[in-house]
Parts: sequence; structure tokens; C-alpha cells
Amino acid sequence: MANTENHIITVRTYLIVYAALIVLLFATVGGAMLPLGAMHLPVAMTIAVIKAVMIVLIFMHVYYSSALTKITSIAALLWASLLLAITLADYFSRGWLDIPGK
Amino acid sequence: MSAPAIDADHHADYLTEHTVKSWLLTGDHKRIGIMFMISVTIFFFVGGAAATLMRLELMTPKGDVLASADAYNRLFTMHGVIMIFFFLIPAIPAVLGNFFLPIMIGARDMAFPKLNLMSWYVYMIGGILGIWILIFGGVDTGWTFYTPFSTMYSNTMVVTAALAVFITGFSSILTGMNMIVTVHTMRAPGMTWFRLPLFVWSHYATSVIQVLGTPVLAISVVLVALERIFRVGIFDPALGGDPVLFQHLFWFYSHPAVYIMVLPAFAVVSEIIPCFARRPIFGYRFIAFSSIAIAVFSFLVWGHHMFVSGQSMYAGAVFSVLSFLVAIPSGIKVFNWTATLYKGSIRFDTPMLYALGFIGLFTIGGLTGLMLASLAIDVHVHDTYFIVAHFHYIMVGGAVMAYMGGIHFWWPKMTGRMYPEFWGKLSALLVFVGFNVTFLPQFLLGWLGMPRRYFEYRPEFQVLNVMSTAGASILAVGYLLPLIYLLLSLRHPRTAGPNPWGATGLEWQIESPPTSHNFHGPVLVTCEPYMYSPEEAEREYAHEQLVHNA
Amino acid sequence: MSSLSTTLEETALGRDVAPRRTETLLSPHFDNVEQQSNASILGMWFFLSTEIMFFSGLIAAYTIYRALSPEAFRLGSQHMHVWLGFFNTLVLLTSSLTMALGVRESQLGRRDGVVWYLVATAVMGAAFLGVKAVEYSMEIEHHLFPGVNFQVPAEDAEALAEISATPEELQTNLGRFQMMFVLYFFITGVHAFHMIIGIVAVLIMAALMKRNWFSGNGTTQIEVLGLYWHFVDVVWVFLYPLLYLIDLSGGH
Repeated sequence: MANTENHIITVRTYLIVYAALIVLLFATVGGAMLPLGAMHLPVAMTIAVIKAVMIVLIFMHVYYSSALTKITSIAALLWASLLLAITLADYFSRGWLDIPGK
Repeated sequence: MSAPAIDADHHADYLTEHTVKSWLLTGDHKRIGIMFMISVTIFFFVGGAAATLMRLELMTPKGDVLASADAYNRLFTMHGVIMIFFFLIPAIPAVLGNFFLPIMIGARDMAFPKLNLMSWYVYMIGGILGIWILIFGGVDTGWTFYTPFSTMYSNTMVVTAALAVFITGFSSILTGMNMIVTVHTMRAPGMTWFRLPLFVWSHYATSVIQVLGTPVLAISVVLVALERIFRVGIFDPALGGDPVLFQHLFWFYSHPAVYIMVLPAFAVVSEIIPCFARRPIFGYRFIAFSSIAIAVFSFLVWGHHMFVSGQSMYAGAVFSVLSFLVAIPSGIKVFNWTATLYKGSIRFDTPMLYALGFIGLFTIGGLTGLMLASLAIDVHVHDTYFIVAHFHYIMVGGAVMAYMGGIHFWWPKMTGRMYPEFWGKLSALLVFVGFNVTFLPQFLLGWLGMPRRYFEYRPEFQVLNVMSTAGASILAVGYLLPLIYLLLSLRHPRTAGPNPWGATGLEWQIESPPTSHNFHGPVLVTCEPYMYSPEEAEREYAHEQLVHNA
Repeated sequence: MSSLSTTLEETALGRDVAPRRTETLLSPHFDNVEQQSNASILGMWFFLSTEIMFFSGLIAAYTIYRALSPEAFRLGSQHMHVWLGFFNTLVLLTSSLTMALGVRESQLGRRDGVVWYLVATAVMGAAFLGVKAVEYSMEIEHHLFPGVNFQVPAEDAEALAEISATPEELQTNLGRFQMMFVLYFFITGVHAFHMIIGIVAVLIMAALMKRNWFSGNGTTQIEVLGLYWHFVDVVWVFLYPLLYLIDLSGGH
């Protein structure tokens, strides 16, 4: 149901994922050194998300887990993004009207 | 549904072992439910005592009962903190949910019995801290801990209160986690999702909110504590902070929190109505899905607490629309419960009185909630008694009545004894009447402009205030009576029998009180829930007059 | 008969001489081992969900303040020790690898392998914390710990003065500069707290594994521990670029 101990991931797979993570780590630092201006944050976050997805799918076995585990692993992230997005929307939409304090 | 036949010679039940150690180290979800019941009852009466003092003070326009305005601030803060965090949030899930969820799905216990016990201990630690605060000076920030008052100006035990709330939050999280995992992994064979009692669906939805929302409360109170201790200005404008950020973080949890309080109430009502109308519930899937919808939507509306706090008007408008939408699933439930009554064979036993009272009072509370969701109205009535009346209609007229109804409905199952029906009905009526006399005038007070959290008011508000206090005294009697007769009922032998109400559901197929492991053998579920029929009802109840005359 | 009862008495006295079991113990409220295992893993995932939400409040505060004062945050970030952070990220990613390999060892029933990988994980976790402590002490020394001793460095104050239109705005920007450090210390502090708990848990599990305490292979328990550890790693994967790498390009 939630996990499948039947499938044991090979050392090779783990090492490949690890190598990819290290490469992406260098990419993150490299990206920060490029003159990307406003794109720094999206680029850094994209790379971070890719790394996180790899860790979640392979190191945490979610790729081989049930649908329930997969849903659970993204549910909280969805909720966290709700908090961020809506709160940010408040801050960014302040001052759109010419009414003081609104 | 089938469960193995009850072994008439088997007298040992979950209450048999008497040692203190067997209680304090139990893993039995039923015992933990009882332990929570005792704890939440104590806190209910402590919070009620605070309310009594407040209402006494508010009988006269001037401050004369209490020593100072400051004392009044501490009183309403403690009333709110205790009632919300130590009574309403745990009450139905940790008492009735803990006791009955495993039985209703055909399991022998919750998935994590030790974590269940831990949830009680954590709750008690938080609760004792709360009592400590009460004794040693209290907090005066309001249960909402708004910054910058709580972080920069209050001279009371804010950090301790933050700690108490933080700790108690873990109890809520543990209960939620336990329930979700239990429902996913421990349903008996044949217990498909759509054969689950709606009690289970609602508690599942509640648990989702508990798991996803409570941590954000935790971080908001931690940040308040941090700012007080280190003076770092997270919410201090002079240091670049924004006090409204606290409100965003706080209400992100605290709005869904009200659904933690009301969804379990829906759960109880969904069990009582079909039983006492002898009809299957109308629109089972609608009620099930609307519970999930509420759990999700409840996270999208928190800004309706912040319409006048400095939030942008656009955000306000969006939150307003979403708040209207979140009323729809609740409305669906109310329609479905009412439709369940149609062509039913209705009996006005005590649990049914509470459940029917719930439907009426929750509807009033919900409709006034829609009024508050309108930005234009809210601007005028925010921070007045209109708000106070609105949430008391839902939390007291709703959740507390459902809790009382559930306690009465399942009392014979939990204890093996029946309560006296006359006193039960009387208390239910006293609660209903007392409640309305207390809080209906408060809608008027708020509309006329009386602010909340004030201990002095303009003389023209006195008549309504006196009415409200009078109602509160009736309400108090209505709550004290059950405490007495329920405790007294424990002196009688355990003659209630497994199913005094003729109800469906796995919990009614086992003994009263249940044995330690609930069932005597494997459980197999073969039919739908709520298989009631009115025709049978007439025949059945003729037999059961004996039980109700206890 | 009497020798059998003597043996039983002896084993009853000492935990260490418990008979070897190869069957995982089943708690009475579960129907089978698979159900028990699934429940444990699902439970840990829900716990991790609560942890994500806990951090999300802090990330929300960080996101908002950074969005409102990007320059103040960028200047603050310049004071982070990029390469120490890099080393830490490397160490943590490697510890995730050893943790995953440790889980794999438990799936294969190789207890010694589990112990080895768990200890390696704990050592790397400790190294992470050591470097963090060094970073903190350097930052405290440079008056970058928020509170009464906090001082905005002169060049940063000047840079902020240039971009601030009014004195109020400058005051806000200076406040937000400190805010960056408030959030940095608090978020990494909470993260470090979770690391400490993780390291202690890993060492306890390693010790229990070494003493053959688990019935069966202890696979579920190690897997559950692994989930926690990987989660703490994933959090850091986001924290590193957010706090250390806002903009290293120099020109702006």
C-alpha cells in the first residue's frame, strides 16, 4: 500500500542521483554568479525544485510508492504555496487603489 | 454488517482493570477518549467560570465587579484561550473520535496507540501551563495575540501562553495524524470508503485540517515569543516588520481551526439524525464530499478576519467571495439533514433534541457568517458583539450542542448505563433557551454598536446586556445538570445493552461497554451505513420503553 | 525440563541475550506486518507534512520581506559564507546518500551495513552542525546577530541610503537588512534543531541495530528514519540558495 519493499533500488541508481545532485549544486552556485538580474530567484528555485524532486522520488522511494504516498508528499507543498501566494497577493495589491491604507 | 456474536459470559470490558497505572499507561483508544473527556470537561467549566465573571461584570454599564479593565482583558483572553484550545479543538475528536473511530471502521485500536496516549499527555502539559498562567496573572492580549500589542506592549505572560498553545497544538497534530493513518490503513474487510459512517468522513476531514494548519499556528506563536524575548522586530514597523503578517500567519490556521471545531459536530449530527428519524441519511456522498470540500476551502478564506486590518482591498474582495463559497458545503449538509427528516419517524430523545437544536442554531450562525463575509457589513460590525454572537452561535449553539448530543447518544455505549431521559430532555431545553437568551441580544448589541472586549459600555445597551446575562445563568444550569446526572448514572449497573437506540453502525453491534479489543473476532462489512426504516421503528421502540424510563 | 526452565530464567534476566528473531513483531491491533509497516510510513509522511507547514510560515515571512526589500536582503546575503554553505550542502547531500544506502542495507537484511551507513550519516550531520557553529560565531563576532548588538555595516548602510527615497524608507530598509539576519538565524536555527534530533535518532537506531534489538530486519523503522533525514536535507536544498546565493554576480 504505502511502500513497496519489494523493489530495492540499486546502488547504481542512488549514485547516479547523487552525482546529478552534486552537478545541480554547482549549477546553483554558478547561476548565482551570472548576471541574471531578476531571474536569479526563479532559476535558483527551479534548480532547487529539481533537486528536491529527485531526493523525494528516489531517496525517499516515492517513485515506487502508492498513490496515497505520492499525494501526501505534495499536499503539504501545495498548502504551503497557498499560504505564500495569497499572502504575497495581499502585499503586492496594496496601494493599487488610490485610497490611503488600502 | 456482521460482527461475531456477543459472548454473554464475557464480563471483562475496557473499564475492568482499575489500577492507576493501567489508565496512565494505556494504549486503549477508549480509555484515552475517557481521559480526554474528563480533562476537557474540567477546562470547559474553568472557561465557563471566566465567562460567568464576564457576564456578571457586563450587567452594569460601569466597571464594578472586577478590579480593573485590565482584569477584564485577562478574563476574556483566558476564556477564549481555554475554550478554543483546551475545549473546542479537542472535544469531539479526542473524546468521541478517539473512542469511536476505530470501532466504526472495524479496527481494534488506532494505528498508533502510543502516540494517542502521548497526545493526551501533551495536551495535559499544555493545559497545566494554561492553568499556571491563569493563577499567576493571565494574559491580556485576547486569544488572538495580535501584534504589536502582544510583542511590544503587553506586560503579561505572553511567552508562557505562546508556549502553552504551541505544546497543545502538538496534541491536535498527533490526534489528526493518528486518525488519517487509521482510516487509510485499518478499515475492516468490506469497509469501503462509501460504507464509512459520515462520522468517519468528517473526522478525516478534520484531521487533514489539523495536520496542515496547526503547524502554522505553532510558528506564529513562536515568532511572537521570539520577538518578545529577543526584541528583533519581526512584526515591528520601526524595524521593517509588519504586524499584519502576524495576522496572516495566525488566521491561516485559526480560520481552518473553526472547522476543526465544527466538522466533528457535523459528524455527530450525521449519526444522530438518521437514527432518530429512522431514515437513511439523505445525500450520503454529498455530505461526505462536502466535508472534504470544507477542509480544503477553509484554508482559502482567512483574510475575512482581516478586512479592517490594513489588508489590501483587492485581497479583501477575493477573500469575501471565497468566504461566500465556503458556506456552500455547509449549506448542503444542512439541507441534507433536513431532508433526512422527511417522511421519517421522528423521536425527540435527548440526543435528537441537541441535534435539531444544532441545525437551527448553526444555520443562524452560518447565515450571520455570510453577512460578515460581505466586506461592507463587516466594516461596521467588526469587533462588535455581532461577531461575538456569530461565533458563539456556531461554537456553542453548534459545536457544544453537538458534543452534548454525542455524549448522550453514546453514553450507554461508553459506560453501559443510560442517563435519565427526563433530566436529559430538560437540560437540552434549558441549554437551547438559555443559549438563545444569552446570544440573540448580542447580535442586536453589535448591530447597535457595542464593541467587544469592553467592560464598560453606554447605558442604552444595559437592557440587552442584562438579558444576555440572564440567559447565561439559564445556560449554566443547562450545563451543570448533565454533569450531575451523567455522573450519578454511573452508580447504576450496566444494563443499557448493546443497542438501546436501535441504531446501525459497528459500535452498536458490540457490548456496552466494549471489551478491550472492541471485537471478538474478524469483522466483515457487507452492507451500506444507515440502513434505517421508519416502519421497523414503530415496532422496535415498543420494546424499548423500559430502557428509556431509567 | 528443568534445564529448559533455567535457560528461560536466564534469558528473562538480560536483554542482551534475547533470542534472535527473524520475524518482525506484530502489534496486536494490526492484522498483518504489511499493514503495520504501511501505517508507520504513512504516519511519518503526515508528520513531514506538518514539518513542511511549520517551515512554510517562516518561508512566507522571508518571501514577503524579501519581495518588499530585495536590495536589503541581497546586501545581507553578501555576508553569508558561500563556500562554507557549499561545503555544508555537499555534506548533507552525501549524508542523504549514506542514509539511502543504509535503508537499502536494512532491506537486504545486512545489519552491519546498516550500522556503518547510519554512523556515516551521523558523522556528516555532525560535521554540518560544526560548520554551522563556526559560521554563527563569525557572524556574531561581526555584530550580525540581531538584537541590541546588531550593527549594519557601513558600506551596506550607504548602499541602502542611496536607494532610499525618504528617511522613513531608509529606516525600513535598515530594518529589513536586520530582518534578513533574523530570518537567517531563526530558519537555520530551526533547521539545525531538526538536524540535532535527526543525528540523535540516527545514533540511537545504529546502537539498537548493533545490539540486535529489532525483531526482523528493522526495515520499516530505518525507512521511517530515512524519510525524516531526507526531509531535513530537502529543506536545506532550498535554504542554501535562498539565504546564501541571492545574487553573487557582484554588479547590480
